[in-house]
Amino acid sequence: MLNGTTAEIKPRTALRINPAKTCQPIGAMYAALGIHRCMPHSHGSQGCCAYHRSHLTRHYKDPVMATTSSFTEGSSVFGGLSNLTQALKNIFTIYQPDIVAVHTTCLSEVIGDDIPMMIKKATEDNTIPAGKHVIHTNTPSFVGSHVTGYSNMVRSIIKYLAQSSGGTRDQLNVIPGFVDPADMREIKRLCAMMGVNIVMLPDTSGVLDTPQDGHYQMYPKGGTTIEQIKGMGDSIATLALGHFGAHPAAAELEAKCNVPAGFLELPIGLTCTDKFIDALRQYGSTDVPESIEEERGRLVDLMSDLHQYFYRKRVAIAGDPDHLISMVQFLVELDMQPAYVITGTPGQHFERRIKDLLKEHAPNAVVKQNTDLFELHQLMKQEPVDLLIANTYGKYIARAENVPFVRLGFPILDRTGHRLFPAVGYTGAMRYIEKINDALLDQKDRECEEEWFELVQ
Amino acid sequence: MNTPENFNEPPVLAIPAAEARAQMLQIYPPKTRKKREKQLLINDPTAPPEINANSRTIPGIITQRGCTYAGCRGVVIGPIYDILHITHGPIGCGFYSWLSRRNLVKPRNSDETNFMQYSMSTDMQEDQIIFGGEKKLRAAIQEAYDIFHPKAISIYATCPVGLIGDDIHTVAREMKEKLGINIFAFSCEGYKGVSQSAGHHIANNGVFKHIVGLDDTPVEAEFTINILGEYNIGGDAWAIDQLLQKCGIKVVATLSGDVSYDDICRSHTAQLNTVMCHRSINYMAEMMEVKFGIPWIKANFIGADATAKTLRKIATYFESQKLKDRVEEVIAQEQAELRPVREQVTARCQGKTAALFVGGSRAHHYQDLFRDIGMTPISAGYEFAHRDDYEGRAVLPIIKIDADSRNIEELEVTPDATRFRPRKTEEENARLAAAGFSYKDYDGMMREMKRGTLVIDDISHHEMEKLIELYRPDVICSGIKDKFVIEKMGVPCKQLHSYDYGGPYAAFTGAANFYQEIDRLVNTKVWQYVTPPWKREPRLEARFTQQDKRDKTAAGDEPKKYGRNNGTAAASEV
Repeated sequence: MLNGTTAEIKPRTALRINPAKTCQPIGAMYAALGIHRCMPHSHGSQGCCAYHRSHLTRHYKDPVMATTSSFTEGSSVFGGLSNLTQALKNIFTIYQPDIVAVHTTCLSEVIGDDIPMMIKKATEDNTIPAGKHVIHTNTPSFVGSHVTGYSNMVRSIIKYLAQSSGGTRDQLNVIPGFVDPADMREIKRLCAMMGVNIVMLPDTSGVLDTPQDGHYQMYPKGGTTIEQIKGMGDSIATLALGHFGAHPAAAELEAKCNVPAGFLELPIGLTCTDKFIDALRQYGSTDVPESIEEERGRLVDLMSDLHQYFYRKRVAIAGDPDHLISMVQFLVELDMQPAYVITGTPGQHFERRIKDLLKEHAPNAVVKQNTDLFELHQLMKQEPVDLLIANTYGKYIARAENVPFVRLGFPILDRTGHRLFPAVGYTGAMRYIEKINDALLDQKDRECEEEWFELVQ
Repeated sequence: MNTPENFNEPPVLAIPAAEARAQMLQIYPPKTRKKREKQLLINDPTAPPEINANSRTIPGIITQRGCTYAGCRGVVIGPIYDILHITHGPIGCGFYSWLSRRNLVKPRNSDETNFMQYSMSTDMQEDQIIFGGEKKLRAAIQEAYDIFHPKAISIYATCPVGLIGDDIHTVAREMKEKLGINIFAFSCEGYKGVSQSAGHHIANNGVFKHIVGLDDTPVEAEFTINILGEYNIGGDAWAIDQLLQKCGIKVVATLSGDVSYDDICRSHTAQLNTVMCHRSINYMAEMMEVKFGIPWIKANFIGADATAKTLRKIATYFESQKLKDRVEEVIAQEQAELRPVREQVTARCQGKTAALFVGGSRAHHYQDLFRDIGMTPISAGYEFAHRDDYEGRAVLPIIKIDADSRNIEELEVTPDATRFRPRKTEEENARLAAAGFSYKDYDGMMREMKRGTLVIDDISHHEMEKLIELYRPDVICSGIKDKFVIEKMGVPCKQLHSYDYGGPYAAFTGAANFYQEIDRLVNTKVWQYVTPPWKREPRLEARFTQQDKRDKTAAGDEPKKYGRNNGTAAASEV
């Protein structure tokens, strides 16, 4: 397994090996699916769309619908105007969405296709039926990562659709980072328990976790409606959950409609969830109900019960920056020892924030943005860890090093829990405690000498 | 064994295919409809109608198709495990083609590096888009060499590479000279061609030019063959290899399932090429014949009867009575072992229907497996095949070459000055022909599908939905993008790209797996639970009463009839 990986780290400036990120368009496609009755459209060659749909489907195990401009060599030379126009005609006739959300690809970015001009033209020649919307975002694959693409699409949705009517609505906006439908569902549940009225954008719950009822619906019940998005401009405030995935959209809304933005981190783990609940309390002018305190109490109880298994365990963790910023705090809360914290997504904030979080607890931790799983594996070979947390690709390292492994983030292609159960909130924290504990104890039960194999733990 | 299928006899369909076709096409705007009409045909097995295959996908149509890069790096070359593969471009393409196809591999030595576990890319950034990426590619090759010391490195272009004009072939040549290992590049930008198919062709050209024939060491065996177009999805190549070994036939190289670089270097020493996936690799078979004199035949190891037929064909080619006897012995033995499961499954699946929309050969080959167990394919189509895969190779001379195909290089191949060696004399070939043996014998899918069934090339999402609505096949074979659409409609879907992580399905042993898998899919109880019990019967206008409770207790069972509480709505609580 990964036989070519050695402990010796040779400097690399050009070769990416085993990436801990993918490209922008897949994030944009995912975000667009969080609008009700939206068809995401990939403006490029059809392989991009096929790859994104395939990978999203493998992760969510639910239909992922998107269209493509199907560029050929000709369109790459002459530009994609006629492809996009023809695509819009077909999409509105055949699939009849309320809105088409176009994102670019490296191909259409390199040839410099001017999407706003194309949309304007399509509006003028009635290719876009009355009352229907076409929006776009630029997602050059050679900048940032899939998280950037997600963030760009959410920001563009705000830019195109949110309006300020001058009045105020008694509601908060919640913009989650690049998290799963189960997470969005959990965030909504917590808001409902707090009695706070929210609009969540995007909202892929009810879109990518649909029930089996014998009927296929191209546009399932879920997703933020266009009316709701328009109304976001009148909300009391926006809670943006994640520096990389969510903050830019909240800032955009503040600039556009003067809706104050509350910048939070993803509510993963105890204190990040506490902060989210507290922000709902403050912005929503409400009190925290007993039911939430009980949930929190059960989490703390679990933490104290299992503390002995976690204390000072060395952890390597790879994934998306917003997930990691919160998860690292949770690991610290569990008294675990983050040893290596890496993301493929570029951005200095990641290293600054995590180093700051670890400066007392784990000052020697290696924290790196814009790096890859190959380097993480090399670090693990230099000094081993007790636990690896990563997306599915981490399992190759886990097997090579025989280290307990917990899956987190995107994509998870070989397990199903993330489809239904959250990583966020107190519930998510309890779920991850269970996963970490199981991984550690399963390893012990498999590997320990027979005299140390014990019934009760 | 089943009696030979009468393809001329149409299946019994819920509505005639012509009507279904009209309904599928109805919603399209005129221009789209006009194009789709030529790709959505009613089959005539005796005179296959002309299908507009390998034509552009219409923008805005939800298609199954992928791109040229996927066909080249993902399908044909990716599975060569001991080549170090570098994708030149932004990160996405390298990421998505990393371990996402199930071409299983077992390195020849346990300490070798299996490069399929690695995704390597130049992770192109804005700077390289503006100033060119050749420098970074050169550095990436050097770094890859310094870290891994591979025997060969292969470079793949993604969309921006062609547009910004990076000369990857020159970089490859220079680095080959500098490092002294084999380094070569593929201009497989995603936008070339109309589907993955263009990528297959580009890959064939590159593998032929840069690898085939590098090592003349012959493989010591009496009967040697290559299997072309077999990618070892779910272990198929292993199942086939095991079967051939039993017969005494040695596989030199399988392109490109569980294959090493060295295997391919020696592949030109084989006595015969057998072609599984005609679409993705017929180019290689043709070029090897011209340059080295290796003839090729069409093979199909999918389905018990098809496998037997293929084994006999190979034995016929070698004209060895010993081999023929051994093959008959193996077939008899394998069929006997398979019979109980085949019969059991046939009893449960007989008369059921299937539809297959996948790839460039599987939509055809897998029909044999369904027929093995008494099921009828009522509709099928390829994702990226050409006319010859539908109508048979007889149409090759009349296929019009359009602009999209023209930009894929056709290598000029000539007989090798020293190594061209016809495997059969004219006399031997005449004898074979007289015995009914033919080379390059691919008659396409349509001749082996029933009259009046729907043949749908590059099926769109809308057509798939309509097909289910109108015909509700008992199982549909497709890929990951359609799987959950189909299953949401309550129809089981068998993925034929990934095999739903099962397999092998090739050869006799694989056939048993597939029969059981289809049995599971069409006879599973899960679909019965979709409708909750309360949706099946209306709620009665009544509530439980104490009387009901007493009835229930007395009878020791559910009360047969719910009583009304003397007509009052406010009945007492149970």
